[in-house]
Amino acid sequence: MTDAGRHPRIKLLTMSEVVDVKGYVGNFEVKILKRARYVEEKECTACGECVKACPVVRPDEFNMGLSSRKAIYSPFPQAVPSAYVINVNECLGHNPAVCSKCIDACEKKCINFHMSDEELTESVGSIIVATGLEPYDPTELDEYGYTRFENVVTSLEFERIVNAGGPAKGELIRPKDRKQPKSVGFIQCVGSRSLRKGSSYCSNICCMNTIKSTLAIKEHYPDIDIKVFYIDIRAFGKGFEDLYTRSRRLGVQYLRGLPGTVEELPDGSLHVAVENTASGKLEFHDLDMLVLALGVRPAKSTQKLQEMIGLQLTSDGFFLEAHPKLLPVDAATRGIFYAGCAESPKDIKESVTQASAAAGRAIRLMHTGTITTEPITSEIITEHCKACGKCAEVCPYNAITVDVKKKIPAVVNSAACAGCGTCAAECVFGAIVMNHYTDEQITGQVDVMLEEKPEEKILTFACNWCSYAGADYAGVSRLQYSPNTRLIRTMCSGRVDEKFIWQAFEKKAPVILVSGCHIGDCHYINANHWTVKRVEKVHKKMEKLGIRKERLQLEWISAAEGIRFAEVMKKMETLRRSVSMEEIEKTVDILKSKNKKD
Amino acid sequence: MKANILSEQSSAQKVPARIGVYICQCGLNIAQTVDCKQVAQTAAELDNVIVSKDLGYACSEPGQHEIKKDIIEHGLDRIVLGSCSPRLHEPTFRKMMHDAGLNPFLLEMANLREQCSWVHMKEPDAATNKAIDLVKMSVSRVSGLFPLYEETLPLTKRTLVIGGGIAGIQAALDLADNGYDVVLVEKKPSIGGTMAQLDKTFPTMDCSI
Repeated sequence: MTDAGRHPRIKLLTMSEVVDVKGYVGNFEVKILKRARYVEEKECTACGECVKACPVVRPDEFNMGLSSRKAIYSPFPQAVPSAYVINVNECLGHNPAVCSKCIDACEKKCINFHMSDEELTESVGSIIVATGLEPYDPTELDEYGYTRFENVVTSLEFERIVNAGGPAKGELIRPKDRKQPKSVGFIQCVGSRSLRKGSSYCSNICCMNTIKSTLAIKEHYPDIDIKVFYIDIRAFGKGFEDLYTRSRRLGVQYLRGLPGTVEELPDGSLHVAVENTASGKLEFHDLDMLVLALGVRPAKSTQKLQEMIGLQLTSDGFFLEAHPKLLPVDAATRGIFYAGCAESPKDIKESVTQASAAAGRAIRLMHTGTITTEPITSEIITEHCKACGKCAEVCPYNAITVDVKKKIPAVVNSAACAGCGTCAAECVFGAIVMNHYTDEQITGQVDVMLEEKPEEKILTFACNWCSYAGADYAGVSRLQYSPNTRLIRTMCSGRVDEKFIWQAFEKKAPVILVSGCHIGDCHYINANHWTVKRVEKVHKKMEKLGIRKERLQLEWISAAEGIRFAEVMKKMETLRRSVSMEEIEKTVDILKSKNKKD
Repeated sequence: MKANILSEQSSAQKVPARIGVYICQCGLNIAQTVDCKQVAQTAAELDNVIVSKDLGYACSEPGQHEIKKDIIEHGLDRIVLGSCSPRLHEPTFRKMMHDAGLNPFLLEMANLREQCSWVHMKEPDAATNKAIDLVKMSVSRVSGLFPLYEETLPLTKRTLVIGGGIAGIQAALDLADNGYDVVLVEKKPSIGGTMAQLDKTFPTMDCSI
């Protein structure tokens, strides 16, 4: 930690949050909001005189509220930077009539109430997302009585109780009477591996964290009885099984089964009812203290950041990597990498490994000092452009400039263009070529697909980042669905031009599915909003023409939703079966006569 | 470079394409459901397809070597691969195209594994028919593709690390020690994250800070 604080190449911004990310791989522009500390970071020597003077007492969040701190405080003794900080919402202010005691106490005069929040802009070539975790909040698991009984604590609170720098100075005491417990119980999988409450996934670290805690207790207090209630003990890492064996040899009892209820006894101890699934018997255990082994949840900032940068999440809410085996630290967006629990729950060793891997990947990207751009971008055919300005309006990246008043044709900034193709789909004059996904290239695929037995086929447009990846995930999971599906990949659902749909119906497609990223998750910021608008427009036209609008479906399927993809395909197959040959022929006639009129 | 693409598109259409189609068995991953030989034979009949064959593992060194050899011997200018998802091996085969002297963007992959053999395991005939359709669609698409060229732009040799927990700290230090400037952003007043709150840590049983 201290190395990171004083490394000449690391600019450390604490109390700061990323509020906006613009640009693209190699050249990102990042806006950072740095909140005021009200103490000069470089001047403060952490002497602590201000703390003595401060009259405001508040719960200390670092110690999970088990001890108190002042409104001016050091987060914890080893904090980096070591400078103190004022929580301005708690502070009484610098009006001498009210307080300002810290200002008087500070000899170096480094307390400055005139500091204000700053907005900084940084240029970077790559980004590593290491936003960490949020411990599961066990208040909803009422059967364990966390909110009702003082001697039921979370694993994180337990860490603080036994920590030498914690409120009990390293003594193991229970909160209610501050006495040393004679017995301690641990309940595993709190908020993990449950379909009912918390999350369905395994949080990876809690088994070993509990085993570690049992060893720490036994080292100092060999006479304390320890019971661990568990579903499975997952000690799969290097050296982990040894620790588990050591814990059992020291007399820690491992009981298979999670408690059904916890009740408080008059002396504050806890009466635990549990079905021991190894013996099949209902057992009761009286324990002086209970520790809930909390599961790991994605950090609260995850979704905000995901929307800001256009990243993908798994169904668990953690960041989704570009490939689970081959690109485990890369995001699907070039130049963004993941490290630590942001990607999935993991222990310190794994976090460190992944962080080094992410750094290595970032270096691999940056070391030449140049970046090759994706050539899959759009181009304007100037002769066809009427300077209507629609393309510039829909472009999520402001990569198109057009002067509507002076009728100067559009120009694409190819470095800023990310290649979603929405502009090409929206241009009614056919003046935009979306390279690698041109109209002819896509309609060619549609035509070939519908050459033989079109009435049996399901035409699906899938965006590269979410739906196509979701279809791949269905494959990896070996989910079976109807084999008459034919996917056409586009980079974004925003590329799906109205004319592709009409052409497919004219070539006797019974049903068409347009699929993309969920709203808010679009890889191209918000290009899929235009998909919605377009599909709504086509639906209206279908109704007007007398074509059943259900035959064109729009679905959002994320890269992690393999199951959903297979389900949507089943739904599409049911829909397809409802479309008769007569209906298809009638549609063809309607469209042909419409084309003649046009 | 970009400006040339449109003019190139008009000139490219004059010469008929010379397409090579390769159906990867992926061991048994594809071959146990899809009749790869039949798919390759059907593809051989399509317009402008000069070579069409099935391979054990297209991505392997011998597989790539065979395709490269064909490119030179038969003067192929476009390649269709019926194999796994392009999300997996498109970079591999684009590199192969480049090594063989072709534009990497004159490649099209038909997804015969994730989106065919693995999801229709109990219906081999229907899966084979689908595979044929997917390859036909790819042949159509590859015929209409144009060479594309990447541009080189300057890059900022600097990294933003979001989050100052153990992962963020480690990533920042590794980058900084390698000579890269880092901006490390942490929302709390101190770095350290959840790790700093832990008493002892496994497997070493030492303190966390």
